[in-house]
Amino acid sequence: MTVLLVATLAVPALGALAAALLPDRTGRVVGTVAAALAFLASVALAFGREPGGTGAIRPWHQLDVPWAPALDLRFHLGVDGISWPLVVLTTLLTLLCCGYTVWRVPVPGVDRPGVDPGGPAEEARPDDRGRYLVALLLAIEVGILGVFESLDLVLFFVFFEIVLLPMYAVIAVWGGPRRRAAATKFVLYTLFGSVLLLAGVFVVVAGAGTADLVTLTQRGGAGLGHGTQVVAFALLALAFAVKSPLWPLHTWLPDAHTEAPTVGSVILAGVLLKMGTYGLLRVAVGTVPGGARTLAPLLGVLATAAILIGALVCLRQTELKRLIAYSSVGHMGFVLLGIATLSATGFQAALVGNIAHGLLTGLLFFLAGALKDRAHTGELDRLGGLREVAPGLAGLLAFAAIGSLGLPGLAGFWGELFTVYAAVRHGGPLWMVLAVLAAVGGALAAAYFLRLLRRVTHGPAVNAVVGLRPTALAGAELVAWSPLVLLALAVGLAPSLVLALTAAPVHALVTAVTP
Amino acid sequence: MSLPTVLAVLLPTVPGAAGLAGLLVRPAARRTAAALGIAATAVALVAAVALTALRQTATGSVTLADLGDVTVHVGVRVDPVAAAVAVAVGTVALLVQVYSVAYLDRDDRYAPYAAQVSLFCAAMLTVVVASDLIQLLVGWEVMGICSYLLIAHDRTLPEAPAAAVKAFLVTRVGDVGFWLGVILLGTGADSFRIDDVIRAAASGELSHARVTAACLLLLAGVAGKSAQFPLHTWLPDAMAGPTPISALIHAATMVAAGIYVVARLYPLFLGAPAALTVLGVMAAVTMLLGALAATAQDDIKRVLAWSTVSQLAYMAGALAAGSDQAAIFHLLTHAAFKALLFLAAGSVIHAAGTNLMSRMGGLRRGMPVTFWTMTVGLAALAGVPPFAGFWSKEAVLDAAARGSSGTVLASLAPVHLLVLVAGLVTVAITAWYATRLWLRTFFGASRGAAGHEPARTMWIPLVVLAVPAVGLGALTLVPRTTEFGWFAYAPARHFGVFTAASGYGRGAFGGAELDPVVVAISLAMTAAGVLGAYLLWRRDTAADPARVLGRAGALFAAGFRLDDVQRALVVRPVQAVATAVWLGDARVVDGGVTGTARGARRLGRTLARLHTGLPGYLTAVLAGALVLGLVAVLVGGVR
Repeated sequence: MTVLLVATLAVPALGALAAALLPDRTGRVVGTVAAALAFLASVALAFGREPGGTGAIRPWHQLDVPWAPALDLRFHLGVDGISWPLVVLTTLLTLLCCGYTVWRVPVPGVDRPGVDPGGPAEEARPDDRGRYLVALLLAIEVGILGVFESLDLVLFFVFFEIVLLPMYAVIAVWGGPRRRAAATKFVLYTLFGSVLLLAGVFVVVAGAGTADLVTLTQRGGAGLGHGTQVVAFALLALAFAVKSPLWPLHTWLPDAHTEAPTVGSVILAGVLLKMGTYGLLRVAVGTVPGGARTLAPLLGVLATAAILIGALVCLRQTELKRLIAYSSVGHMGFVLLGIATLSATGFQAALVGNIAHGLLTGLLFFLAGALKDRAHTGELDRLGGLREVAPGLAGLLAFAAIGSLGLPGLAGFWGELFTVYAAVRHGGPLWMVLAVLAAVGGALAAAYFLRLLRRVTHGPAVNAVVGLRPTALAGAELVAWSPLVLLALAVGLAPSLVLALTAAPVHALVTAVTP
Repeated sequence: MSLPTVLAVLLPTVPGAAGLAGLLVRPAARRTAAALGIAATAVALVAAVALTALRQTATGSVTLADLGDVTVHVGVRVDPVAAAVAVAVGTVALLVQVYSVAYLDRDDRYAPYAAQVSLFCAAMLTVVVASDLIQLLVGWEVMGICSYLLIAHDRTLPEAPAAAVKAFLVTRVGDVGFWLGVILLGTGADSFRIDDVIRAAASGELSHARVTAACLLLLAGVAGKSAQFPLHTWLPDAMAGPTPISALIHAATMVAAGIYVVARLYPLFLGAPAALTVLGVMAAVTMLLGALAATAQDDIKRVLAWSTVSQLAYMAGALAAGSDQAAIFHLLTHAAFKALLFLAAGSVIHAAGTNLMSRMGGLRRGMPVTFWTMTVGLAALAGVPPFAGFWSKEAVLDAAARGSSGTVLASLAPVHLLVLVAGLVTVAITAWYATRLWLRTFFGASRGAAGHEPARTMWIPLVVLAVPAVGLGALTLVPRTTEFGWFAYAPARHFGVFTAASGYGRGAFGGAELDPVVVAISLAMTAAGVLGAYLLWRRDTAADPARVLGRAGALFAAGFRLDDVQRALVVRPVQAVATAVWLGDARVVDGGVTGTARGARRLGRTLARLHTGLPGYLTAVLAGALVLGLVAVLVGGVR
């Protein structure tokens, strides 16, 4: 089974190379095949699983070989119940995005002053760079999977960095009219986070004398002074807060999500953000729990602020993709609040919330992209009456929005309700207030998503929508979207699909980090 | 699994599965959609009837998810009362499906509509059978979204989308309280199972303060769903939905859910008298508010909508007075006569081509079935004996008159007196507006189109519903001696701690037990209302009896302008805050980021000018070393 673990990284890496070297269409197809193989390998990881050991992290499968013995660095990979759902989410979304790219290659932006990029003038210039897009998506996949599978802090950091440049290229080449600025902001902001992450990793490794996550988590911070733990947690949490993102470190996100091409937005929102929340849980909370306990109230306050501010900004948002991007700030606020409670329920809520957000926001960005491709605008003022013209698209948009607003029975609900539960259970005036505010944030989410639906789908069809072509959904679109729809429903009705896997490792983690 | 459990499981799952499948049916495939919708609701109805006939309590549950410190279950607990409510839900849903086939015969989006009706029914039945609070919450909110989708269905009405959004958001605001209430109970009892929670409350494991707080929070959600002041504002606007949907929402689903949930969790509420007092005040206000608003409406559906608000308040009043039996009894009779009234109104609107009573008149000629069935429904609404509404309304008033002492008008708590007085006054107002509606629609000279009977699938449901609207009062004759006798059910009995402490749970009704004085007063009120409306109308059969209201009429018609209040106190402030936050986010937070970047670039340029010649990588290495060194010093320092 260790072979499969390696395959999840090696296959996309080889696929990326092949896609980049082969001619355009072949390259895209070969890349998609690689993504499909990686997906199958990641699913197969769940078979024959046995929790390894009795430690705080019990990987189902692992690979542990010396990497740089002189520096005591190890190439330690593993997958357990906490990381596996995220691994599969990553391989699934990458597969869907690659498949989508086989069907439609986004037109790279051109820098000609005076031409409205995204306007019809540019449409006639498809080129053969689609294979590079597929290659970059696969490279991003390697990085993200590496992050989720690393059981070594230094390795974790390396993979964390791998993601950055391909994503920069995806935004900067295939993005919207203001892609350069957005890509630069993304890369600088997250680099700033990386410096902090490096510093945090340095502090932990220097203090504890090992970079092995299993050992570090098992120790529960023992051997590290309280001051060191607080400093390390602050550094790590800041780094992950940039990625997640946490208010007020979120402003790279709306620009990046809005300017990125459809597949870029899907990957960004669907899995890239999860590197932050996963890192916070596994690395920051896992290795320096003492620091986490000290700083958790602050984290909780900021997460709640993110929920409310994200929702309020969405209420005033005028552009479709920007609105969805800001909704991510609120949703990730719930996830971060769940982690901040440092309780089993909070962690469970955060993990299922992660998956739900990946499915539903991924779907929302797919739909927003399809709508913008057809109507040539994302301005809410210029959209309206979609259900009169394209009922299929409107119906799916309604489904995704309703799921995203946390309707019980769909995936988004479990994370939100049980985050509030965890905060109430935590007790004390501060956490009670945070719970109430988070619950209010949930209602605000309903308000802005229904506002979105009212503006886009209801009423008489307006100009941009009347001329919308094609009105029907393409087969490729249905293939790319239906897994997300089905999984959002399945996780909503049977949250055990995720929670049964995460329950045991979460209990182990909570035991390890509780003094 | 035993047979009752299987039946109870079928109740929500069959319509739910049919609803989800129906969403995939092509909009053009009317037959498939109709067959699916009708069959699913029919199965649910048969299961509910069978459960009622079996007279056993169905129970069973499985674990849904392990959420760390707590486990969520999904299961069923259907006692005879739940079964009776399920019969009402199934009946109304089935008739609505049948009725809609003809009512929406030219609608090209009939297929999703039928599917959404099935989902709506499934969600309500989930609430009815739920054995776990989280499961109940799922049904509770899915119902909200179904109402949203169905109210927005009619594309020709420009106000429909706004009304749909309002319906969902107002109830969702109430649900913030509901969420927190459920969570308070769950964290206190370490379980969401309703039985566990009630047991924990009875044993004192859940503190009195926590139960009271949770019940008060739950009431926010109940007020939203069951349209009680101040969260009732969505219901009149929800008229923008197709008429069968109004019947569905007003009769057996959605609004009934709030009342049902209080009855389901009644032992908790009995342990939280403060919550019941709040509920009583809310009920008294809503009763009068709804009835007065109904007096001045010109739109026939809006009259019925406001009457729902007012009638739901009777149920809430009964709960506040300690009688869950009276509340559920009124819920059942109201389901019958309100569904009948809405479907009959749909038939009237179908014939008259308008909702406005000022353009109706004389419609009894040409549509006798509609006329007679609607007459039955209005008589039941007005509380004319022996129609069903009379018996259940008397049960409510009797419960209020007995209060917590059990003896009529003896040492009545202020809140019970309030409910009683408001209830009696509302009886007169209800009779008045029911009579006005009856006369304005069916009598006098025609002010618009002539009446004609609708298609068979539309009038048959009317006849079917007229049966319980006439005869449901017979429920009072069911002997109370058997363990599962209809309304021998009193959850409070199982938890003597509450009954003994507060004397609650004694609200009794049944023909022989009604107090003659209260009945006499309420009958006099009914007569006064009917007569008052009739005399006003006879003076000028073309004019609106509501003219007598004078200037107050406009205020009543506008629902006391509470929409404006809501807009000024909630909607506008939220929008203003949103604008401020939006600007702050763009200018301050993001401005700070871009400002830093600009500053850094300027600094970089300055430094670069100073260091021309120094190789770039050397700078980078030195800067990196500096950062790491600083960190090392810091860490060393704090150690």
